[in-house]
Amino acid sequence: MDSALNILSYLSQGLWTTVSIFLAATFFSFVMAFFAGLCRVVKNPLVRGVTTAYVEIFRGTSLIVQLFWLYYAVPMLFGINLGSNWWVGVIAIALNYGAYMSEVVRSSVLSVDEGQTEAAIALNLSRVQRMRHVILPQALRLMLPEFGNYMIQILKGTALVSLIGLTDILYYGDIYRSTNLDEGPLAYLMVLIMYFIIALPLIWLSKKGEKISKKGVAG
Amino acid sequence: MEPVVQYKEVQKSFGDTHVLKGINLDIMPSEKIAIIGPSGSGKTTIIRLLMTLAEPTGGDILVDGKNLWKMEVNGKTKTANEKHLGAVRDDIGMVFQHFNLFPHKTILENCTLPLTSVQKMDKTEAEALAKQMLDRVGLGDKFEAYPANLSGGQKQRVAMARALVMKPKIMLFDEVTSALDPELVGEVLEVIRDLAAHEDMAMVLVTHEMEFALEIADRVLFLDEGVIAESGPADDVINKSENPRLQEFLKRFRSNGQS
Ligand SMILES: Nc1ncnc2c1ncn2[C@@H]1O[C@H](COP(=O)(O)OP(=O)(O)OP(=O)(O)O)[C@@H](O)[C@H]1O
Ligand SMILES: [Mg+2]
Repeated sequence: MDSALNILSYLSQGLWTTVSIFLAATFFSFVMAFFAGLCRVVKNPLVRGVTTAYVEIFRGTSLIVQLFWLYYAVPMLFGINLGSNWWVGVIAIALNYGAYMSEVVRSSVLSVDEGQTEAAIALNLSRVQRMRHVILPQALRLMLPEFGNYMIQILKGTALVSLIGLTDILYYGDIYRSTNLDEGPLAYLMVLIMYFIIALPLIWLSKKGEKISKKGVAG
Repeated sequence: MEPVVQYKEVQKSFGDTHVLKGINLDIMPSEKIAIIGPSGSGKTTIIRLLMTLAEPTGGDILVDGKNLWKMEVNGKTKTANEKHLGAVRDDIGMVFQHFNLFPHKTILENCTLPLTSVQKMDKTEAEALAKQMLDRVGLGDKFEAYPANLSGGQKQRVAMARALVMKPKIMLFDEVTSALDPELVGEVLEVIRDLAAHEDMAMVLVTHEMEFALEIADRVLFLDEGVIAESGPADDVINKSENPRLQEFLKRFRSNGQS
């Protein structure tokens, strides 16, 4: 028991890195999701094409490869410096999950009944007004449960940043194990527990989202 | 008097399906028109073109003399853009078969939305006008209710109030009672009857209610195979026409017990 608590307090050195990357990556994933998701339902074929390419590329390749790309390849090839490792991690996760979540935005927007758009046109709302007052509020309710799930996945995805040298929970777990080899299994059990505890509020949130969503479809 | 709406050789195809094959129609201000015809004859399509929900594949539609689907840019005629459509369709309102109320908004908000967003009216003024219209359709006690909590007849009356707040010059009704339980049809027809009697706006009703068409329409159009096959005073078209296709239609209609 003693050593379990020991390990926990050791791991907690990485807590802030994990949490801060999770929060920032979640925020930017949402930004990307709405930006790309809405770009995919506009009329302009060029805008649609470019966004579709982004979404398919980032969904079709793995997060870890994208992370290495941003970390090793992009600075060398294009001379772009993305700032600290922390930012590289955040950007990679946001681009990756933003691509997945944009599909949620797109399909939710498209699944709002066509009659809603038609009624809004008949009232002479502009395109932007139709989206803002009629379509998005209804689409949002459809998005909530999926968003909850993706937030849990983003949290899990943050564990990859230890591979580019960020000192998150998993990083400290690895260090602990390498210096206390016999406690390896316990160390990783504690890592699991820690991630799970952080995930608890997210699980609660996504349950809540599901409820709101169910209520929203009546009407 | 100038017509408020003119259809000139209007055509509409969906792929290979030629639905409207040259519609010519003048609608005068405050005229009440009923459109009847077999299922699939293009009744809905005719009014959707005017509401800008579908684009004609030929011909012109003029609203108050302005070409709805075409605009002049540097002397050249182009397909109307969103801005042009927005300017012209301000005069047109529509009520749908399936109501299409906004489920996430209260009854009152459904009616104030176009006022505050399109007309930039302030909220108090918009609410006063919306309440007045809701009163008029008999829903003065439901302002805070959501559409989900209303009967079909009540929903359709809200939809009419919502269209009315915009004070259109012409209002389109697409079989507005056909999705309703029979016992709720009367309350909706009652509102339309009231509008027909007291409002200056032109009204176009696509309907299967022959008796009702006879009662309120100045003119009835029989649409068949993509053209207006008969047009005239209601009584002439429904009771005196010798057009065999129309008689066939009316006979089938009556034997279905729908009239
Ligand atoms: N979006 C569309 N795509 C393809 N075909 C369409 C479309 N809308 C209508 N049509 C076709 O056009 C024809 C006319 O349709 P419309 O809805 O105008 O008929 P209607 O007279 O209103 O019929 P009903 O009495 O059944 O409502 C039909 O054959 C229909 O299948
Ligand atoms: Mg129809």
